[in-house]
Amino acid sequence: MSDFVRNIRLWFAPERVREEGGTPDYRFSLANERTFLAWLRTALALIGGGFAVDQFLPDLRWAWRVGLALALLAAGVLCSLRAVNHWVRCERAMRRGEDLPASRFPVLLSLVVAVVAVAMVVVVLVGWEG
Amino acid sequence: MTAGAEGAGRDPGLQPERTRLAWRRTTLSAAVATVLALKAALHGGPSAASVLAGAVCCALWLAFLGIAHSRVRALTTTPRPPTLAPRQATAAVLCAGALAVCAVVLVLQ
Repeated sequence: MSDFVRNIRLWFAPERVREEGGTPDYRFSLANERTFLAWLRTALALIGGGFAVDQFLPDLRWAWRVGLALALLAAGVLCSLRAVNHWVRCERAMRRGEDLPASRFPVLLSLVVAVVAVAMVVVVLVGWEG
Repeated sequence: MTAGAEGAGRDPGLQPERTRLAWRRTTLSAAVATVLALKAALHGGPSAASVLAGAVCCALWLAFLGIAHSRVRALTTTPRPPTLAPRQATAAVLCAGALAVCAVVLVLQ
């Protein structure tokens, strides 16, 4: 947990990332930046999905519609926070010459998306009947 | 637009160009989310709160556009682009997070 707090401090302090280790090849940093942006796009897509559930499934019961939308929005927020945290960790590992950090987040996110997708199928089928 | 990079010899992997396009794609994703937010804000009789949330979403998109633009300028004008500043990364993420907060307001309307 203290590691996480230290990472959060690094989010706002560029000069402290630069203090550690040596500067890696700029191409590695740019690749890390593109990975960060890809995760940010995933987060924006989840947020857009939250809007879409709210807008384009008006026949659903209120609780289901709002619940699914809020779940997607929460996943989007989590994904964007994780994006910047992972970017800082990778950047620091490259500066120190360590291995890149392993992460369980992709598995977690794909499981959440799969559960939400199955819930959508069930809800749409049941919602149309009722 | 890429005059600076060409002057110092083009990177054969086109890394700065790819990163520039990644910023453009991400801005486009943010624009899609913002358009959906505006649709939600104006749907079914706009209230004061939903119009405010929609306006905040537009402002957030403009802020994201500003961050992306400054980064794209840094990528295209310097032959060896500096590393993305954590402050910029955090600001971009905060835009996405604030967009989600506006979305919660709009969904609960």
